[in-house]
Amino acid sequence: MPTTRKAIALISGGLDSLLAARVVQEQGIHVEGINFYTGFCVEGHTHAIRRQDRERPKRNNALWSAGQLGIKLHIIDIIDEYKDVVINPKHGYGANLNPCLDCKIFMVDKAHRWMEAHGFDFIITGEVVGQRPMSQRKDTMPVVARDSGAGDLLVRPLCARNLPPTLPERAGWLDRERLHAFSGRSRKPQIALAAQYGFEDFAQPAGGCCFLTDRQYSVKLADLWKTRGNRNYELDDIMLLKVGRHLRPRPNFKLIVGREEGENHFLEGYRKRFIHLLPSSHAGPLVLLDGTVNEDDILLAARLAARFSKGRDAASVTVEVNDNSGTLRHLEVEPLQAADIPQDWYL
Amino acid sequence: MSSRIVDARNLLCPLPVIRAQDAAAQCRPGDELQVLCTDPGVLHDIPVWCRINGHSVGAITRLDREIAITIHVGGEDRDDG
Repeated sequence: MPTTRKAIALISGGLDSLLAARVVQEQGIHVEGINFYTGFCVEGHTHAIRRQDRERPKRNNALWSAGQLGIKLHIIDIIDEYKDVVINPKHGYGANLNPCLDCKIFMVDKAHRWMEAHGFDFIITGEVVGQRPMSQRKDTMPVVARDSGAGDLLVRPLCARNLPPTLPERAGWLDRERLHAFSGRSRKPQIALAAQYGFEDFAQPAGGCCFLTDRQYSVKLADLWKTRGNRNYELDDIMLLKVGRHLRPRPNFKLIVGREEGENHFLEGYRKRFIHLLPSSHAGPLVLLDGTVNEDDILLAARLAARFSKGRDAASVTVEVNDNSGTLRHLEVEPLQAADIPQDWYL
Repeated sequence: MSSRIVDARNLLCPLPVIRAQDAAAQCRPGDELQVLCTDPGVLHDIPVWCRINGHSVGAITRLDREIAITIHVGGEDRDDG
């Protein structure tokens, strides 16, 4: 009886990785999925936090993909190891702080090590030549295979016929003719293949699946690094960059202002780590104060908190100020007017 | 059979799933995990994760914003790394 070959598929939760895995499954290969959690994944976070998004179906798209494929999915926490990719990308950043090429190399390398440790035969990704400006170009895709160490055990089933044959093709584990020759940024071939397989309701995130490709998020991360004087971060730091309005009125502190009930609830989980403010005479947001502050800074923060409360047009607003030791006091402040808030305070 | 509690409160998906996955890898078939969460995404994600990895979902209870999901660890999948 012939050996059933085994492939590990990088499953992002998007359409391409879903299709790539199915194309290989169709050839009788045993496929399992692997998904890496970097902390920057868009997956569900803001949906889980913001109340206005709570009516949307909440799901992790990588798990959903695995469910559609009927395969096991191994979700790997790489938060700590991934820092070096974000902080020191050998191949540089894309338009924002997105180290796409280094990221892909890192993930394929991790998948390659997993493959060897678990007795699998090759790796599948949903990459398509010419689809992405940094990591999926004709000249960079061989770099991913080479620098990850995967070499010709890395199969891209959606564009394989545009690339040199890999070992699984040469060895006859895969029929090259039943792989695809997609290229470029058009999504039409993928949509057609999804219809052929009967996949519906697949994820097509407009901004991609990583916060680092988002300009506004990258501005906030760059601000974090600059004000701390180093480029390190912890998971809580990068989670908080996804939530609320961020304003830096002075170099020594910034405010994180909840925009609605869901964000306020989320920020409550951080109350013990930060000085925090809450309008008490009027409904208003929870505000975290990040930095080292003096009394004048706290007064300004309270006036800003009042500005974002229902009392913004009142003569004065009472604001609770809680320091990290649990001491509570109240300040009566005049809310700042919109014109008093320079646009460059907003990150 | 043993029972363990996995505290994944204030974590956003997929971290509760990862915590459950890591705990399940330390369990024997038939063991029970109770995962405590606050992200409502777990109501979709943990049942899917259980289904594709050979575990089953028992009671799901909600109290205010807290969700408790019981997982019965299956026999086959003990290697989640």
